[in-house]
Amino acid sequence: MDIIVCMKWTPDTSEADLTVDKEGKDIRKDDLDFDMNDWDRFAIEEAVQLKEKVGGKVTAVAVAPEDAEGMLRECLARGADEAYQLWDDAFEGSDGYAVAAILAKFIKDRPHDLVLTGTLADDDCGGQIGGMVAAMLDIPGSTLVSKIQISDGKLTCHRELEGGLYESIEMDLPAVLSVATGLNEPRFVSVRAVRKVAALEIPTLELGDLGLEASAVGSDGSRIRIELMELPPEGEGAEIITGKAEEAAAKLAEILKEKGGIGS
Amino acid sequence: MTIQEPANVALAGIPAPGLAFVILVAALCLFAYIMNRRIDLLRKAMPDPRFDDIGERIRLALVYGFGQWKQPRYLVGGIIHILLFAGFMILSLRSLTLIGRGFSAEFNLPGLTGSVGMAYEVLKDYAVLMVLVVCIVAIIRRAVFKPARYAHAPGQGHEAEAYVILGMVSALMLTDMIYDGSHLAATGHTDAGLLPAATVASLFMAGSSPAALNALHIGGYWAHILIFFGFLNYLPMSKHFHVITAIPNVFFANVDKGRIKPVRHGVDEWMDLDECGITRFESFTWKHVLDFYSCADCGRCTDNCPANAVGRSLSPRMISIKARDYAYKYYPVFGTAPDPGDIKFVGDVITESEIWACTTCGACENECPILIEYIDKIVDMRRYLVDQGQVPQSLQKPMQAIKKKGNAYGGAKGKRAAWTKELDGIEVKELKAGDATDLLFFVDSCGSFDPRIQELSRSLARILAKSSTDFGILGQDETDSGNEIRRLGEEGLFEQLAQKNIAAFQDRQFKEIVAFDPHAFNAIKNDYPERFPIVHASQVIDRLIKAGRIRLSSDYLAGRVVTYHDPCYLGRHNQIYYEPRQVIQAVPGVRFRDMERSFDRSFCCSGGGVMLWYESEEEKERMGERRVRMAEQIGAQVIVTGCPFCLINLEDAVKTTGNEGKIEVIDLVELVDRSLV
Repeated sequence: MDIIVCMKWTPDTSEADLTVDKEGKDIRKDDLDFDMNDWDRFAIEEAVQLKEKVGGKVTAVAVAPEDAEGMLRECLARGADEAYQLWDDAFEGSDGYAVAAILAKFIKDRPHDLVLTGTLADDDCGGQIGGMVAAMLDIPGSTLVSKIQISDGKLTCHRELEGGLYESIEMDLPAVLSVATGLNEPRFVSVRAVRKVAALEIPTLELGDLGLEASAVGSDGSRIRIELMELPPEGEGAEIITGKAEEAAAKLAEILKEKGGIGS
Repeated sequence: MTIQEPANVALAGIPAPGLAFVILVAALCLFAYIMNRRIDLLRKAMPDPRFDDIGERIRLALVYGFGQWKQPRYLVGGIIHILLFAGFMILSLRSLTLIGRGFSAEFNLPGLTGSVGMAYEVLKDYAVLMVLVVCIVAIIRRAVFKPARYAHAPGQGHEAEAYVILGMVSALMLTDMIYDGSHLAATGHTDAGLLPAATVASLFMAGSSPAALNALHIGGYWAHILIFFGFLNYLPMSKHFHVITAIPNVFFANVDKGRIKPVRHGVDEWMDLDECGITRFESFTWKHVLDFYSCADCGRCTDNCPANAVGRSLSPRMISIKARDYAYKYYPVFGTAPDPGDIKFVGDVITESEIWACTTCGACENECPILIEYIDKIVDMRRYLVDQGQVPQSLQKPMQAIKKKGNAYGGAKGKRAAWTKELDGIEVKELKAGDATDLLFFVDSCGSFDPRIQELSRSLARILAKSSTDFGILGQDETDSGNEIRRLGEEGLFEQLAQKNIAAFQDRQFKEIVAFDPHAFNAIKNDYPERFPIVHASQVIDRLIKAGRIRLSSDYLAGRVVTYHDPCYLGRHNQIYYEPRQVIQAVPGVRFRDMERSFDRSFCCSGGGVMLWYESEEEKERMGERRVRMAEQIGAQVIVTGCPFCLINLEDAVKTTGNEGKIEVIDLVELVDRSLV
């Protein structure tokens, strides 16, 4: 089975002091550390586990600049058989739609039984890629997939729903699945594991290699234009409740009731 | 009345010397064969150069082997063992003499003739009686009083073997007594004062016919010989192999305390090896296999294991016992080895939860009477799991953060010195390459990023400033010490971290490094391939107090009862017990009490460094909670420790045990900072 996993290279904003850049259209990323999108970590793990069960080949792919090579190499260390980096200066400024178009073109040109990706990305939380890629390839897709089973060319997957429910979906292959976090336990990647795949080549495919037009990618190929990005204004009315635990709890309950946080 | 000696009586028509010869040769051949099979596995195992430092090794053999130094740590069991061991030592000569007496009735060992021989006769007779009594006491103790540490889960132990051995030893003593007693009874030379064992035996034979005494004398002799050789050959087949292997095991013990073994001895480019860690049983070093052979199942390690105490599945002794069972089964003395099939040693025989449960506190190794090692084995098993990508999810995040950012907290490198900003009026020098200072303060990740531990960094900075000590930090150029990374089995990452810090050290000039975190202290002192002079904060403060450069007042402690919790990596791994206590004692009028578990029997708080993130699903309570209860027992109001992770674990435990407001946990550097005059 040929499995293609779409990976994203995202800035780690968890411990950083975020600032907006001069143009006011994006955050400043020069000081941020980039890493594999956490949701995609589960996607690549699922792909490798499926391969270990039913056999086949896992291809990792990312629309990302040169610096992201480390992430793709990590995918190889995690068990992917090959990895491709899709990058061209023309790709700069692509929105979800344009990135999906690049990925769809890449996928279309090679064998694919299953396309996996994370449901969301840690940075912009767009959640667009899976659905768009499925539509562009004209194959079925699903999001927030928490379990995948494959037998006799049929795919059964579970989707997480609200309130602890899940639905079970059966679909034909090929298909695009956007996975939820927690559907597996991603393996650990040691320094030695990365070193073992250090010699494998990770080809970079540019605009022409993919057979794409410049007008279909970058800001020209995008459908979303960011007008302004601002940090949220500092809130008012934060109150630190002091006193003994019982008193503090009583006070907190009172405030929540008063402000409509909980029912009365 | 005369009695016939065994050497002069043919049995079933075979002259005794002939029979003695056949038995001797057959028994020794069998023994040589068994030992060769057992040693064969040692030869297949991985190398470990343990022939260095012979002087220290002889000392170990004398002190811990022949001197039985650790035995009295468990008083009753220890005394029983010392008496048995002493008896064995004395009676080994007797056994050789008796073997010789099968060839010649007059046989004596060279030197054991005349008056020396007479004296030895008396000594051995006392030893026989003592060993017999001790065996009976040991049997009663096991069967009736059942010390908890001997207990096993059903089907896991080898309890019966203990009785077999005690029974055989008793039988050896009894047959010796029959052999000697019948002689006394026949000749009538009883002397309870000089030959108590033989005399006791002779009393039972009073009035026997000469023929009966003769039969007892000869029968007792041959029974003794057969049991002796049976015993000798049974040892390497049982858990009592230690009778043979313990002294060598102590002689070859690890003399590099605090340091983790390399992935493979003699291989620098270990990354290019096909295997990493315990991929199969033969991946253990020969010394580790010898450890498995040598475990006597006394249970002291497990009795002191904090992970075991709180309900984690780790039991150090079961690692040895399961490994020995595996070795005996798959490397058998007789017959062909069964195929282990899909059974993996790491994963199936020793489970992942056992392997990750270890905090590397070293209590097991410290307690073992014959210096069996556990930490290196745990680390080697973890190395295999890490190589397979099988690392608990709770540990992956901090480990990846260290790999990507040089600290487990996910903090940006540029913020490593941010803690210095909140120091009023004290400028902490961030040393650039080429700078010089007296004391290089290695803050480590915890002191740089954990808000609670940053307070310790500031405390130490204030103490150093107050004492006008010239010091500085590495700032951005510092990275995680890697102590836990190495112990979690991620050797490749450890090497990268060590190299970064070593390069930063080498780029600067300093007289000493100081760290308040014992884990960082240990890694730099023992694990780094380059050596640097390093001291723990408690040692620096102790010196400053003795030199009169700082003085402490009693204002902060204000008469409260203080105890000290020995951190594993300061105490057991580096033998720093006294400096922290001296610092506490420097507070005027301090009311200091040690807990029952202190010094090298300190009880781990549940592990430092990345281990702080580890979530055990098995434990019923936190180790820290146990520890706080121990402090509660002695009425301590302040627990001083010398490790930031002990501080965090114990502070949490004070809250969860309902001791908030009653017991304060404080690091030594904080105590000194707050008590400065």
